[in-house]
Amino acid sequence: MQNSPNNILVASGVVKTFPGAIALNAVDFSLRRGEVHALLGENGAGKSTLIKCMTGAYRKDSGGLALDGVEIDPRDTLDAQKLGIGTVYQEVNLLGNLSVAENIFLGRQPRRFGLIQTAEMNRRASALLDQYGIHINVASALESYSVAIQQVVAIARAVDLSGKVLILDEPTASLDAQEVEMLFRIVRGLKEKGLGIVFITHFLEQVYDLSDRITVLRNGRLVGTRDTVSLPRRELVTMMLGHELLAVEKEPRQTGSEAGPVRFRFSNYGKAGSIKPFDLEVRKGEVVGIAGLLGSGRTETAELLFGIEKADSGTAEIAGVPANLSSPRAAIANRFGFCPEDRKTDGIIGDLSVRENIALALQARQGWARPLSQAEQVALADHYIKALDIRTSDREKPIRLLSGGNQQKAILARWLATNPEFLILDEPTRGIDVGAHAEIIRLIEDLCAKGLSLVVISSELEELVAYSSRILVLRDRAHVAELNGAEITTDNIVNAIAASSVNKGAA
Amino acid sequence: MDSAKRLGRRLLPQFIALALILMLIWMVFPAFFSLAIQNGRLYGSLIDVLNRGAPVALLAVGMTVVIATKGIDLSVGAVMAICGAVAAASSVRGDPLVLTLVLAIGTGLLCGLWNGFLVSVLNIQPIIATLVLMVAGRGIAQLVTEGAILTFNDPGLIFIGSGAFAALPMPVIIWFVFGIAVAVLVRRTALSLLIESIGINRRASTLSGIRTPVLLMAAYMLSGLCAALAGLIVTADIRGADANNAGLWLELDAILAVVVGGTSLLGGRFSIIASLVGAMIIQAVNTGILLSGFPPEFNLIIKAAIIVIILVIQSPKIETAMTFFTARTKGVDKAEQQTR
Repeated sequence: MQNSPNNILVASGVVKTFPGAIALNAVDFSLRRGEVHALLGENGAGKSTLIKCMTGAYRKDSGGLALDGVEIDPRDTLDAQKLGIGTVYQEVNLLGNLSVAENIFLGRQPRRFGLIQTAEMNRRASALLDQYGIHINVASALESYSVAIQQVVAIARAVDLSGKVLILDEPTASLDAQEVEMLFRIVRGLKEKGLGIVFITHFLEQVYDLSDRITVLRNGRLVGTRDTVSLPRRELVTMMLGHELLAVEKEPRQTGSEAGPVRFRFSNYGKAGSIKPFDLEVRKGEVVGIAGLLGSGRTETAELLFGIEKADSGTAEIAGVPANLSSPRAAIANRFGFCPEDRKTDGIIGDLSVRENIALALQARQGWARPLSQAEQVALADHYIKALDIRTSDREKPIRLLSGGNQQKAILARWLATNPEFLILDEPTRGIDVGAHAEIIRLIEDLCAKGLSLVVISSELEELVAYSSRILVLRDRAHVAELNGAEITTDNIVNAIAASSVNKGAA
Repeated sequence: MDSAKRLGRRLLPQFIALALILMLIWMVFPAFFSLAIQNGRLYGSLIDVLNRGAPVALLAVGMTVVIATKGIDLSVGAVMAICGAVAAASSVRGDPLVLTLVLAIGTGLLCGLWNGFLVSVLNIQPIIATLVLMVAGRGIAQLVTEGAILTFNDPGLIFIGSGAFAALPMPVIIWFVFGIAVAVLVRRTALSLLIESIGINRRASTLSGIRTPVLLMAAYMLSGLCAALAGLIVTADIRGADANNAGLWLELDAILAVVVGGTSLLGGRFSIIASLVGAMIIQAVNTGILLSGFPPEFNLIIKAAIIVIILVIQSPKIETAMTFFTARTKGVDKAEQQTR
């Protein structure tokens, strides 16, 4: 099949390593003429790395790449473009202040005596866009048109430049349903013309709507390539979230859902455009897990709970008393803590030492006029370095030099130092090596046993099943299901994610 | 003890640079270090450096804190002119000295509040936000002085610019006491940690519960306060408010002082003391060029060359290269590890 004459682009055994991580591990990928091939996987699965290796943005370490049966090794994206591989990115990377025609012909404007023939350029741009069924004034600035039109212009440019392979990296992320339909019509037209199209998205409906085949990556490895018609949704979700999903059974916990009274109650809590209103109750000593695919509203839920985004509907109560959660500072005053998903931008203060990073939240709460003395900070840091087993040669080492797992533990320590009652952990085990992984899970269980209330967001379903006493399932920025007690199995979570997806598709 | 040692190591390059420049001046102008006491007051080139360097030293204090928050304050020169004009107008009106000082300092704080509002509430990039007042400020100062150079002869106000206390000129006392006071305040409270944290990662700092907007506002207000003090000194020194020339280009010297002091323009770790030494380095270069009798046309070029040399010596690349030479075997080991 690899050598089928119908294949236009074949990547075989592509390996790409970054310092400390294997981003792609012997991944095979083949694209046929006249097909739309969906490339799927959660964050960090290696989708964009694979794309970048094919478009020359990265040089692959090893493996082969053949276009029309000829071995190629694009040096950069320009090289790939000349060979016939064009890419359209999620954020349109054209120049908004130039006209539509200038964008399409940028760098190759029709010229006479070295001068640009604007009229000729506009005529050709109009003709080109007419083929896509778009009739607009090509002399207007690109930014005066909607994102959807900008996407089409980007596609028109890429196809006109390259014309063999078109890679669409999340083209529909910011489009509404009608615009998506228009874009799909155009993509189907290109498919008829025999282009090979790679389509990356997080929306499963669109995958089934548009694609002929599906390739799933996970943790830098190829999970499989399947024909779309013969791949049930449920199986696809399983492929994306973990091919070795064991049906982990829930062992009964003494801190079950009937344990204590509800301590934190969010009712009808939501924010328009971010997450639909939801109800959430968390008891003392309870872990509530939140599951869902990327973009389903997991992080939005966390940001709402911690006051990073302000809720515009519903109420929050702590032990029956209405609570003000209008800012992170207000949430912290209510003894909340939040370990963000993106440690680098939202968590660590890179140049400060491990000691200062651990002391930061407590110091911020105490105010500037009551400094923690050097001795107090040292005691605090040493205590948590020991208690959480943070591996660092020195507590004065800048935290950016620590590994991901140890940075995560240090941020956890920052919150534990404030003696919190409610901790929100967003993907606490992402990007962490296996050893540290197990330790973080053990920590979550310890904290729960000590009476903390936790909300844990994770795409590792086995993990969620292991420590949650309840699991909320999210889809399309809404809470769609809640699993309790014996219902908590990876199977049921996958079903809940896929089932609601089917319902939506039918509706 | 430990922290004193760390401070010493941090300030070492700046002190070496200062010592080298003083030596250089001494070689071309042997009378540089000679001091004399007349009328109970110290005179000499060294005192001159300390005295003339007062405005930049004061501005550098506020600038250091602002730069530590990953910001910059281009308006300080113009704010000096505004505050000087306010002080002169108040003095001409016959206000008591205390009221004059309160008005001038209040104006500086208000200017800082404006900058801080633009940066922290409206989220405008600091370089643009403070450019507004840099450009508009001289116009405001001219409105206050009504286009003329306002002269005054209140002996109390003049004392700030040219008086002496304990044999030292007042400007020296002001920048020294104020600079050390701010440095101690920042280090003895948690302010330094919180400010550095904001400068390194503003979003993560906010998520940790730091009152980022309030602290940013405070940083720009401190800068405004410093500019007000510098403006008072300059105005008192010439006994008049010159809206066009007071503090002209001094914002650039202040930024330079901070950079020479080794605080990164990318924000984060900072040292006010190092910036004060940096301000003295710049003033020593200025004074030295004048004393050495070079034709004045060369002054700016020589100054630029000296600054470039100081910055190159401080650059991380050179530092790495130096350790490569001093600890050759160690460096080779490291290089081998990297290639592996």
